[in-house]
Amino acid sequence: MADLRVNLCGKELRTPVIGASGTYGFGGEFSGIVDMNWVGAVSGKGLTLEGKAGNTGVRLYETPSGLINSIGLQNPGVRHFIEHELPAMRALGPAVMANLGGSTIETYEEGARLLDATDVDFIELNISCPNVKAGGIAYGVKADSAHEVVSRVRKCTTKPLIVKLSPNAENITEMALACEAAGADGLSLVNTFQAMAIDLDKRRPVFDNVFAGLSGPAIRPIALRMVYQVCKAVKVPVVGLGGIATAHDALEFIMAGAAAVQIGTANFANPRACEDVARGIADWMDAHNVATLDEIRGAAL
Amino acid sequence: MRAQSCDAPVLENSVAASDIRLMRVRLPEDQPLPKAGMFYMLRAWAADEPPLLSRPISVHRWDEASRELEFLYQVKGKGTEKLAALAEGETVSLTGPAGNGFPVEAARGKKVAVVGGGIGTAPLLQLVREVHPIAAQTDFLAGYRDEVYRIDAFEPFCSNIYVATDTGSFGKKGFVTELLGPEKYDVVFICGPEIMMKNTARMCLEAGVECYVSKEGVMACGLGACLGCTCRTEKGEPVCVCKDGPVFEGSVFYG
Repeated sequence: MADLRVNLCGKELRTPVIGASGTYGFGGEFSGIVDMNWVGAVSGKGLTLEGKAGNTGVRLYETPSGLINSIGLQNPGVRHFIEHELPAMRALGPAVMANLGGSTIETYEEGARLLDATDVDFIELNISCPNVKAGGIAYGVKADSAHEVVSRVRKCTTKPLIVKLSPNAENITEMALACEAAGADGLSLVNTFQAMAIDLDKRRPVFDNVFAGLSGPAIRPIALRMVYQVCKAVKVPVVGLGGIATAHDALEFIMAGAAAVQIGTANFANPRACEDVARGIADWMDAHNVATLDEIRGAAL
Repeated sequence: MRAQSCDAPVLENSVAASDIRLMRVRLPEDQPLPKAGMFYMLRAWAADEPPLLSRPISVHRWDEASRELEFLYQVKGKGTEKLAALAEGETVSLTGPAGNGFPVEAARGKKVAVVGGGIGTAPLLQLVREVHPIAAQTDFLAGYRDEVYRIDAFEPFCSNIYVATDTGSFGKKGFVTELLGPEKYDVVFICGPEIMMKNTARMCLEAGVECYVSKEGVMACGLGACLGCTCRTEKGEPVCVCKDGPVFEGSVFYG
């Protein structure tokens, strides 16, 4: 059978399929449904140094081929995660990616120091949450701001540091190059697109925060274009995400140069999506006499 | 207990009232067993077909011997329209059982009122099936807008049934809260529209009567992963309807 293993920033993943932050809990939520042997890594719910209750009002809104969310980084905080959620997440089997958000550079730094002292495999630095005013999006739009926060966090951890980029960046390629120059070991993209909806009865925006983040199949072709652009520009590995729901979708991102892929919103339409995508990639590789993903990665570049 | 996913054969999907359907399925052998107040995420369409999200529907009736599981649901939008279009012999995809369920043991030896509003009566049938054998008294109080449905299914498990309708088409004209004298009961279980649950729970709490509410929420996963169904308790704590609930002590929200 095809060899699905991936070396991501020096860590071996069993498959290139990663449960995306914010859609996979801390992994255990899906362990009765998904054979975790098919999941390369789980990126946990986005953490902040102190816990957050998240946003008020409507949090989810379905659109044609998409989902707009305004969760607002509800999470138990880094210390609670380390003490209570990490041990079970570690025991699941897939590599552990801790997703870290922040409001100030100092809270990013402190969060990274705390995570550095644990056995998480990766830190995924979220500079792209659109749903919290000071939730990192400020750092995700301007390349020089991103450079500063990534440089500072880099000094706080020796863990593989993957920076998660926002598609709302002014220029995705410049953003990627700035993060690479600041010491990122890898990049993941894209987070959600800023979007909105209006309630006709109330004649008001649906979301208390007005804007919220769009994910799902609706964003996939744009995400793929951005992953392709970034893979052309940088040398560090890129994790592709944005509306991936099938093995076909995942293979497109891999041929665009992605080292691995994350599955997010698709887990809601099909809770077995991560396993199905990984199995589907293996089937496609077998049918096309592809032994390892290295043979096809970046083929379209 | 971890939720699992399966495809279940549809044995019946019939009209219970103009916009209310009753779906009976057979739960496959390898699946964990549900309890009153738990729910499943239902899907009758492919993952790449709209609507994007599956629909959370509570357990209406569960019979372990026959492994028959029933869902009573209101046809409200694209998802439930697709559920309603399922024919006998087709399959529905289920993820669950999800949620905490009702604390049935709280009813042991007690005088119990089970209060439902509209489609909120759906999870209460399985509740009275589990409560009736252990409670001293099980009364069912139900409010509907106009059309009354499934009352006959409750009869074998209830000491008394009281019905109100907004239009007066059946039973007392008015709200279900007008039927309730909370001081006559030890424990009250409530499920219905938010305003009805709030008013009923407040009546119970003012009378010092233990009460439980089953909440509804828009959710993407039903598993506690998406945090889309989070709501705030009276104290401002965030809780997940799907995982911490859907059943909560009334005082958590209305204290």
